[in-house]
Amino acid sequence: MSNPVLRVQDLAVNFCSHTGGFLRRKERVLRAVNGISFELHASETLGIVGESGSGKSTLARAILGLIKPSRGRVMWLGENLTELEEEALRQKRKEIQIVFQDPVASLNPRMTAGDIISEPLWTFYPNMAGLQVEERTRGMMKMVGLLPNQINRYPHEFSGGQCQRIGIARALVLNPRLVICDEPVSALDVSIQAQIINLLKDLQKKLGLALIFVAHDLSVVKHISDRVMVMYMGCSMEVSQRDALYRRPLHPYTSALMKSVPIPDPKLAAKARQDRWLTGDMPSPYNPPRGCIFHTRCPYKVKRCEADVPALRRMENGDWVACHRAEDLDLSI
Amino acid sequence: MNSPADMQIADPQVAKTELEDPFAAAMAGQDVRGRSLWVDAWHRLLKNKAAVISGIIMFIMLLLVIVGPLLSPWEGDFTDWDNTASPPNFETGHWFGTDAVGRDILVRTLEGGRISLLVGLVATLVSLAIGVTYGAVAGYYGGFTDRIMMRMVDIIYALPFMFFVILLMVVFGRHIVLIFVAIGAVNWLDMARIVRGQTLGLKNTEFVEAAVACGVDHKAIIRRHIIPNLLGVVMVYVTLTIPQVILVESFLSFLGLGVQEPMSSWGALVNDGAQDMESAPWTLVFPATFLTVTLYCFNYIGDGMRDALDPKDRA
Amino acid sequence: MALLEVRDLRVQFETPEGVVQAVNGIDFQVESGETLAIVGESGAGKSQLVMAIMGLLAENGSASGEADFKGRDLMKMPPKELNKIRGCEIAMIFQDPMTSLNPFLTIEKQMTEVVMHHQGLRKQEARAHAVEMLRAVRIPDPEERVKQYPHEYSGGMRQRVMIAMGLLCEPDLLIADEPSTALDVTVQAQITQLVGELRDKSNMSVILITHDMAVVAEVCDRIIVMYAGEMVETGTVDDIFYRPRHPYTQGLLASVPRLDRLSDDELHAIPGNPPNLLDLPSGCRFRDRCSMAREVCFGVPPLQVQENGCMSRCFIDMNNGEFLPAESKGVEENAGEDSK
Repeated sequence: MSNPVLRVQDLAVNFCSHTGGFLRRKERVLRAVNGISFELHASETLGIVGESGSGKSTLARAILGLIKPSRGRVMWLGENLTELEEEALRQKRKEIQIVFQDPVASLNPRMTAGDIISEPLWTFYPNMAGLQVEERTRGMMKMVGLLPNQINRYPHEFSGGQCQRIGIARALVLNPRLVICDEPVSALDVSIQAQIINLLKDLQKKLGLALIFVAHDLSVVKHISDRVMVMYMGCSMEVSQRDALYRRPLHPYTSALMKSVPIPDPKLAAKARQDRWLTGDMPSPYNPPRGCIFHTRCPYKVKRCEADVPALRRMENGDWVACHRAEDLDLSI
Repeated sequence: MNSPADMQIADPQVAKTELEDPFAAAMAGQDVRGRSLWVDAWHRLLKNKAAVISGIIMFIMLLLVIVGPLLSPWEGDFTDWDNTASPPNFETGHWFGTDAVGRDILVRTLEGGRISLLVGLVATLVSLAIGVTYGAVAGYYGGFTDRIMMRMVDIIYALPFMFFVILLMVVFGRHIVLIFVAIGAVNWLDMARIVRGQTLGLKNTEFVEAAVACGVDHKAIIRRHIIPNLLGVVMVYVTLTIPQVILVESFLSFLGLGVQEPMSSWGALVNDGAQDMESAPWTLVFPATFLTVTLYCFNYIGDGMRDALDPKDRA
Repeated sequence: MALLEVRDLRVQFETPEGVVQAVNGIDFQVESGETLAIVGESGAGKSQLVMAIMGLLAENGSASGEADFKGRDLMKMPPKELNKIRGCEIAMIFQDPMTSLNPFLTIEKQMTEVVMHHQGLRKQEARAHAVEMLRAVRIPDPEERVKQYPHEYSGGMRQRVMIAMGLLCEPDLLIADEPSTALDVTVQAQITQLVGELRDKSNMSVILITHDMAVVAEVCDRIIVMYAGEMVETGTVDDIFYRPRHPYTQGLLASVPRLDRLSDDELHAIPGNPPNLLDLPSGCRFRDRCSMAREVCFGVPPLQVQENGCMSRCFIDMNNGEFLPAESKGVEENAGEDSK
C-alpha cells in the first residue's frame, strides 16, 4: 500500500475555562480531543462518528489548524502542520479544505454564489484573469449540480441543499487533495442528504480526493466511508474497515450507535426499540470517569473496566478497538 | 500521485466536459440576477411611509440649502438698512424677515443649513471611517490587541468633551475645521464600540471560519466578510448620529464656541434669534423649524432603516 | 367526534417578491389518543400549517379555513382565548429547545410559573408538580436539577424539559415540531420513544412534524405527506410504509439511509430541490422531480380517495399502479364529495 497522505499522531486539544469568582479563580480543563491517531491514504474516505460532545468537530478543525492542538502531530505529506508558521499553513489550505455543517451560516450572506466560490481563487491566484476565474467558477457550479446561470444569486435565494453545494464547490475550487466534511448533511432534509452524500462520493471518485466525513449517525457514513472511526468523549473507541464494522462492531459503543439509528419500517422499529440500551447522557467532560471512559453507560462492563484504561489495540483482522472485552463480546447483528 | 505543485489550478477539462449537458446549456444562456439583502432591505424601507417622506423632505432640504442662496436676491452678509428687524414680508423680498442688522433670515437660514449639514455629514463620515476600522480590527484580532485598543478608547472617553473643545479653540483659534475634528474625535468612540461588539459576534460565524479555512488573509476577511455584515447596524447608527452631531454643533455655537461670523449655522442662528425672541420672534422660529425638521427626518430615516435591515424580519 | 378537525386550511405570506401560498387547502383530523405525523421537506408548509392553527404566524402571514378543536374554531377565536388554549389544552415543542427556554430563569421558575398561572396552584404544589413531570420525562435527579439553568442541561435534556413543560397542564394535544432533528441519533430515539410512552399513559393526541420518515415509523398511527403546500398522500402507518402510492412518498422512504440492509451501495435520493413556491410548475407540483412523470402530469393530478381514508394526489391509480387517463378530473370531484 502507498504511503498515507495524512498521518495524525496522538493529537490532543484541551480547552481551558475559568470558573469561580474574582478571587478564587479555578481553571477547568476540557479534553476535547484526547490522543487521536489515524492514517488516511489518497482516495480514501474515513468516517468519524460520535455523539455531540465527542470532539469530532474539534478534531476536524485541529487537523486543519483552525484550532491549535495542545499535543501531537498532524503529518501532511511528511510535513508537520502543527509546527508551520501562519503563512506556510495558509499555503496548505490549497491542499486541505473543509465543508461545514450549517450550509446557510457558512456562506457570507452579502456575497453572491460566484463570489463565494471564487474567493479562494482570488486569494491564492490574485493575477488570474477575471474571465478564467469566472469560467472556473461556472465549471465548479456545474460539477456540484448547480445551474451556472445562478452565479449572481445570493445564498438566501438557494435552498439548504443548494447552499451546501455552494459550500462544496468552494472547498473544491482549489483542487484540494483532502476535504474534511464536518457533518455536511446533519442540517439537511433526509431526502436531500442522500443527494449530497452521493455527490461527495462521485466527486471523490472523479477527483481522487481523500475525504474525512464527520457525522453523528452511523447510517450516514456507511455509504461513503472505507473506514470508520467511532469517537466518544475525545477518545477513539474503534477504527474499523467499513464492512467489518457494520457486520460485527467491536466496541459496545459502536453497537449502541448502530442500534439507535431509526428504521423506516414500523414492524422492525418496534423490535429495534427493545434492543436499544444506550440511555442517558455523556458524563461531564470536565470530570471524565476513571478507567474505560464508556464504562458508566456500558452494559457489558466488568470490574476491570472501572480501573484500567483500555488502550486502542489492533485486532487480528487489522481493525483497532479500545475495549478490554473486544475478543469475547460478539456484537454482530 | 502528482505532487501538490503539479496539481494545477483551473482544470479546463472539468469545466468543458461538464457544460455539455443540454439541460444546463439551455438554462445557462441567461444569467439569473440575484437579489442582495441590500435590495431586500431597500424594498422594505420604501414601504415605510415615515422614512420615505422624511427622505423626500431631506432631499428637498438639501437642494434648498445648496441652490437656494444662489437664487436669492440677497447675500447672507448684506445689510438692508431700509428693513432692519422687519417681520416676514413678501413685498420687500424678505420672506422670512430680517434680523436686527437687516440681514435676510431666509438666506442666512439656508447658508446656516449648509454649515450644519456639512458638519453633520463630515463629522459623521470621519467618525465612521475611524470607528469602523478601529472597532473591526480590535474585535477581530481580540485578545491583547483588543484590550489595549479599547482601553485607549476608554481613556479618550474619560476626557471631558467641553474641556477638550475649549482647549482646542484656545490653542488653534476658532476655525470650522476644528469643529469637525472635535466632534469627530468624540463620535468615533461610540462607533468603535458598536462595531467591536458586532465584530466579536461575526468573528465566530461559520462563514468567517470558512474564509480562514480557505486561506483568506485577515485584512481581506475584515474587508469582505466582517465589514459588509456590520454595515447595516452602522448605517442605522450613522443616520442617528448625524442629527446628534448637528445638535452638538448647535450647542457649541449656542455657547459661542461654534462657527464665527459672518459664517453661520442653525445653532448660531437659534442663539441669535433667542436673544431677540420677544421683539423679533421670526429670527428664532425659522432656523429652529429647519433644525427641528431635519432632526426629525433623520430620526425617522434611522428608525426605518433599523426596521428594514433587521434580519429577523426576513420572511 | 375528532379532537381536532381542520378543513381547507390555507396559509399565505406576503413577501417583496409576491404572495407565497405556503399551505394550499389541507384537510385532516386528529382523533383523541391518536398520533398523526406530518412529513415533508423544508418549505413543504408543515410547520406553517400548525402555526396557523395556533395563531402563531409571522406578521406577514395570513390564514383561512377552519380548525375545530373540541367543537370550537381556533381560527376565529379571539387571541386571548387562544392564548389560554395554547398553554393549557394544546402544548407545543419546537426544534430548538434553547430558544424556547429563558436562559436567565431556573427550570423550576419557568415550570412553576406555567402551572401557577394556568391552574392556580400554590408554589409548593407547583414545585412538586414540576419535579414529578421532570421525573416522568426521565431526567435523573429531578429535585436537584430543577434548580439549574437551561445552559446546564445538554441538548437532549433541554428537549425533555420542553416536553415536561408542555405536559404540565395535561394537554389534550401535543404538537411537536421536529422535536428531535437538532439532536444526536442516540437521543433522537429516546425523545420519540418518550413522546410515544407519554401519549399512551395520558391518552393525549400528538401531531408530530418531521422530515425524516424513519422517526415516525415507531410512534405514529397515521401519516400525512406534504409537498409544496399540498397534501400528496395520507394513510395509516402501514399503508404509507408498506404500500406507498405516491412517488414522492416512495422517494422519501427510499432516501432514508438504513443499517438493516447491507447490500445497497448508492443511496437513493430524490433529485432536485423543493420547488420555489413563487414559481410553481403547472399541473403536478412534484413533476420535475418525479422519476415516473409523463405527459399527463402536466395536468392537475386528481386526489384519489379510498374507503379506508387513504388518499393520493397523483395520476397513478392507487389500486393497480397504472396511469389514469388525463381527463380523470371527475375522480377528484367525486372523491372530494365522498370525503365530506
